Amino acid sequence: MEYLSPEEWSAVALSLRVSFWATLVSLPLGVLVAMLLARGDFPGKQLLNGIVHLPLILPPVVTGYLLLATFGRRAPVGSFLYDTFGLVFAFRWTGAALAAGVMAFPLMVRAIRLAIEAVDPKLEQAAGTLGASRAMVFATVTLPLILPGIIAGSVLAFAKAMGEFGATITFVSNIPGETQTLPSAIYAFMQVPGGEASAARLVLVSITVAMAALLLSEWVSRLVARRIRGA
Amino acid sequence: MSLSVALRHAFSAFALDIAFEAPAGVTALFGRSGSGKTTVVNALAGLIAVDAGHARVDGDTLFDTRQGVFVPPHLRRIGYVFQEARLFPHMTVRQNLGYGRWFARRHGAEVADTGSVVEMLGIGALLARRPGTLSGGERQRVAIGRALLSGPRLLLMDEPLASLDEARKTEILPYLERLSRETKVPILYVSHSVAEVARLATTVVAIDEGRVVRAGTPSEVLSDPQAVPTLGIRDAGAVVGATVTAHHADGLSELAISGGRLLLPRIAAEQGARVRVRIHAHDIMLSLTPQEGISALNQLPVEIVSLRRGEGPGVVVQLRCGGDRLLARITRRSAEALGLAPGLACHAILKSVAVAQEDVWVEGKDGR
Repeated sequence: MEYLSPEEWSAVALSLRVSFWATLVSLPLGVLVAMLLARGDFPGKQLLNGIVHLPLILPPVVTGYLLLATFGRRAPVGSFLYDTFGLVFAFRWTGAALAAGVMAFPLMVRAIRLAIEAVDPKLEQAAGTLGASRAMVFATVTLPLILPGIIAGSVLAFAKAMGEFGATITFVSNIPGETQTLPSAIYAFMQVPGGEASAARLVLVSITVAMAALLLSEWVSRLVARRIRGA
Repeated sequence: MSLSVALRHAFSAFALDIAFEAPAGVTALFGRSGSGKTTVVNALAGLIAVDAGHARVDGDTLFDTRQGVFVPPHLRRIGYVFQEARLFPHMTVRQNLGYGRWFARRHGAEVADTGSVVEMLGIGALLARRPGTLSGGERQRVAIGRALLSGPRLLLMDEPLASLDEARKTEILPYLERLSRETKVPILYVSHSVAEVARLATTVVAIDEGRVVRAGTPSEVLSDPQAVPTLGIRDAGAVVGATVTAHHADGLSELAISGGRLLLPRIAAEQGARVRVRIHAHDIMLSLTPQEGISALNQLPVEIVSLRRGEGPGVVVQLRCGGDRLLARITRRSAEALGLAPGLACHAILKSVAVAQEDVWVEGKDGR
């Protein structure tokens, strides 16, 4: 890569990796929570809704603090995960992915939930009378019909993860090569004399990735929507 | 193949308390909107759970509240044609048709041949298309095919024509007639249209405010004055079986019925064909003596069975005409002036042109 220095490139690559894993791992959970919120009827539904949306309205630094207090090496969940699976989040790229995933989760759930609410439950009933179990109804009717929402939600989450800064830097700090994501790198370059050029280049990369993601999602969901509308 | 149902279910407005048997053939569940018909079919399909009762198809229990049995919808093997077609928009017509079939075959059920169902419903040209591009009538035909191909033990049809305009109804009715003749699957057909019921049903269960008012063959139920309020006074009228005996050169067809002969506008059926004729109650005049010098061509000797007064100025008179029953609707004033009473012999007069094309339908040469 001629355009970017190795240090800059490592920040871009890390951000892509972090966002990819954050989106991929939170996707099944996102669909599940969206299903619960759209169709479920259970006590505590509003509480779940609130918790999911919390990262959207809390200051990111607070979310980062809470993550540290929960998933830090000596924190309750963090020490359990380390002792049982050898899994470490604090000050690792996995922690950056966790922070990005948590911050992007409400956006993902919102998009998928809207798509689920647009599916006519009568179609699912019809599938049931034709012999499909609940799981098969979901796989063959619900899932294909909410695909545009899933794509939109994923791209939105990916873009959000690419730009996540506050919670990430609070939770996993700003370690070059390990936790220094694109926004953290831009911030770091701006703090050192002579770093403006690097910062500007990374800003350009950031804008490009965001635009590309947006266009891709528009294109894919229009394609899927046309198929689904049944024309 | 038979279905037996008994169920109770309380709504805020009224309580459903219904029991009936549906033998093979087409059983019409007839009643006004809000009489509880859809609740019955939804309970049979397993889409709702009722307060109390049971339903069995061929002795297999679908639900039984006393035994605590509730078979989930997807294991009931009951085809359901909804009022709106409910086709899967993301699948082609072919994929829609194959959907239920796939599950049925996985469960080892016997499934009708796709080709013959496609042919019967006339949807061969639509297979590669998506539901979004189909007309309402086409969609409904595909929905019927989809339900048939799921290997059902019972086919539920909830007002499948209600969302279609008159032209589409006329387009789809022949397919339904063919379906009822050709399929061995018993059909429970929900409708509030007397015309559809008269045409399609082999058994009618008339329900009103959640209760069975009358059950029997269409001829029995449609000629029963007690069922008139449920059917609607405008639609009252008997259905009689007839045989086409001759076509006359002046455009009339001659039919033999059990109590005499009828001259009707030309019927599109061969000589010897069995047809059913619906005679509206308000098209029949009664006369104590045979009339001469009158334009109406049909005068049938009848005997009065019963008179039933409605709330308005009218009387519904049930007549015996050979082995058939007819209904006549006349004013109370006329009934009193003529001194009509059960057992009295008189003449039923029917204008030929009062019987419209859609009131006559062909059953086939050898009947059902």
